[in-house]
Amino acid sequence: MDFSGSEPVRGPREAELLPATVATAVKVVIVGGFGVGKTTLVGSVSEIRPLTTEETMTEAGVGIDDLAGVERKSSTTVAMDFGRITISDELVLYVFGTPGQERFWFLWNGLFEGALGAVVLVDTRRLEVSFDVLGRLEDRGVPFVVAVNSFPESPGYPLDELRGALDLPRTSRSSSATPAPGTPAATC
Amino acid sequence: MSNQDWEEGGPERLFVITRGRDRQQAAATFDLVTLIVARSRPVPTMQPEHAAILRICGSPLSVAEISAYLRLPNSLVIVLLADLLADHKIEARAPIPLATLPDLSLLEAVIHGLQRL
Repeated sequence: MDFSGSEPVRGPREAELLPATVATAVKVVIVGGFGVGKTTLVGSVSEIRPLTTEETMTEAGVGIDDLAGVERKSSTTVAMDFGRITISDELVLYVFGTPGQERFWFLWNGLFEGALGAVVLVDTRRLEVSFDVLGRLEDRGVPFVVAVNSFPESPGYPLDELRGALDLPRTSRSSSATPAPGTPAATC
Repeated sequence: MSNQDWEEGGPERLFVITRGRDRQQAAATFDLVTLIVARSRPVPTMQPEHAAILRICGSPLSVAEISAYLRLPNSLVIVLLADLLADHKIEARAPIPLATLPDLSLLEAVIHGLQRL
């Protein structure tokens, strides 16, 4: 019999330990649809092998996740990949990838609280899946940038056209005399 | 029926580990990136999950990392951390108040740090 749950817990490897002096941790959230490249982005910026934290969907998922046909499955687990970048001896940045679909929004409570901001990762083949995410971030007042992931097979559009399609403001809506730049967008 | 009636990730096991306690209160104290540092050594009489947290937190670790290494949901880990904090067995470093935007100097420190990489 397999007692997978009784394996000894293995902590971080020696090379992955944070300095004892680190006092502040901040976070940035990468949000995007299924298969848009969140895990790849987390992995490419992280100094540690990306880790996965899980959350179980409980009453928050009732009525959202259709459990018909999978009645034996009494809880749904959603995984979030994350990585880490040590900024200095006192400051560390964590980068979390989270699914953008509405049924995963229960994860957002706590995730976006205190976050420095979000990176919305979009795929030009499925731009429409980003609309709800952008609206939701605006509602929550989360500062965000848009990153367009260029897949070899995705159609290439000028960034200006994408900005229009995503309704990204060109200048901030502040009242200051010198308008600040609008929502940053870049291809990657 | 599968050959494993006891689902490792199932709610029953999680309920046992937290002894049925609620996470609401703990959620207000711990963020995903609250840094945890052990302030005492694990002892054999401890619940295994508590001992594991003390063992891996010799250097600062975020709540998210603890959840990943223990392979337990974040919401459950914070209940365990609340126990340890109440017993003064861990230190929690969460200087940024939740639900407030970070100040400009912190943003600048992060941006400059990233540019130096």
